[in-house]
Amino acid sequence: MKHVSEGGLPAHLEKQRTRMFVKNAAPEHTSTVEAASAYAASGLENSFSIERFRRDFRVEIQSLSAEEAVFDLIGIDAALANAFRRILLAEVPTMAIEKVFILNNTSMIQDEVLAHRLGLIPIRADARVFQFRGDPPDDPNEYNVISFRLQVKCTKQRSSGASPGPAVVGCAPSTAGSGASSDAGLLGSRVTSGDLEWIPQGEQEERFRDAPIAPVHDDILIAKMRPGQEIELEAWCEKGIGKTHAKWSPVCTASYRLLPEITLPKPVTGDDATTLKGMCPTNVFDIEDLAGVPTATVARPRNCTMCRECIRHPGWDERVLLTRVKDHFIFSVESTGALPPETLFQESVKVLMQKASDIATLLKDATAGQQSEP
Amino acid sequence: MEVEVCGDESAATFTFHNEDHTIGNTVRYMLNKMPETSFVGYSVPHPAEPKMNLRLQTVGPPATQVLHEALGNLYQVSEHVLKTFEAAVAKHRTEQGAPELR
Repeated sequence: MKHVSEGGLPAHLEKQRTRMFVKNAAPEHTSTVEAASAYAASGLENSFSIERFRRDFRVEIQSLSAEEAVFDLIGIDAALANAFRRILLAEVPTMAIEKVFILNNTSMIQDEVLAHRLGLIPIRADARVFQFRGDPPDDPNEYNVISFRLQVKCTKQRSSGASPGPAVVGCAPSTAGSGASSDAGLLGSRVTSGDLEWIPQGEQEERFRDAPIAPVHDDILIAKMRPGQEIELEAWCEKGIGKTHAKWSPVCTASYRLLPEITLPKPVTGDDATTLKGMCPTNVFDIEDLAGVPTATVARPRNCTMCRECIRHPGWDERVLLTRVKDHFIFSVESTGALPPETLFQESVKVLMQKASDIATLLKDATAGQQSEP
Repeated sequence: MEVEVCGDESAATFTFHNEDHTIGNTVRYMLNKMPETSFVGYSVPHPAEPKMNLRLQTVGPPATQVLHEALGNLYQVSEHVLKTFEAAVAKHRTEQGAPELR
């Protein structure tokens, strides 16, 4: 039987199969047709084959920076794209502060709130070289715990000419804010993530010589203090996943959208072209001179947010067709900074592979167990 | 993770412990795309219970065997996505010059 992707469906059905339509009232044909036998009546098969997937699947990197990656996954279904997104959010492990031993805290902020705030600080450490502590937790060692110390005290700044206050560990001078800052003349009134001092355990110093472990950002405000107040604590980072707590989520956002596809069935020319260009708030359209006639063209379809402003006025929904390509995903992964975004996506795919093989093994065990029962 | 199987040869309900929609929907999709499947559906009975049920009815072959095949497909798909993505990143790097690291 011929496969549905090789053609054979009437043009309008093929369009409904591969595109979703954005209409004035509501989107149409949003679902994907999955069942292998869905088009059997037309003499077409709709099954999955790995060969076909290998042939058709493409990845195109749009932009890549230390924080964010934008790339297109083309020729994949929403079920899989969504699995990668979900895994990125909840199942790619990172390191985050999990245990806080508070030795002294005379600041305004309560111990438990302080501990929570510490937990949310992104830590620059590759979780792949660490182990989970498990439940019940394994004994702490250099392979499952990263230790930080926070020792800060707020003092009044000495009058000019004198040396700065005694033993104020790593406190940034208060340069906070505009206006009449009450921090003026104080040392260590702002406790930031930069004050966290990494205490290498065992051979950690040697192992992380090239990339010393530290908070991703040095300027995250943890607490504010007044003269005489101090905080002294030790914080332990452990490996975890976002499913347990969002602090372990390696991404700020991981999202995807379908590729917008805008078509003008008939040329839009003259004043209409100007109107169309003017209607679009995201500047999707351009006007080009085609054979002396100013004609509207779709210059930047990726800008389109499907706001439907261009089809709102009577008659325009016939002239502008807003569709999205159902198997073209524009992925955007923004890392919290522990690992580069492209590495995070690779890790998410590996997690899915691991899941598939683990479940296959468990399934084998479960069926073997059932057969051996009397 | 734990898998329970109940039912006869061609139909079965699989219970996946500590799994959710991530695996539920992908496995459901892979199964739906197989000609051996006549019905497949999954549910998470309660959001607070870390459990996912998958019901599979095949046109004849043992359900466990079909699920096995679907998991194999899923593994191969992921493997190919990983390979293609790594190649695309490498290609992007050579075209754009290496981006600043950290």
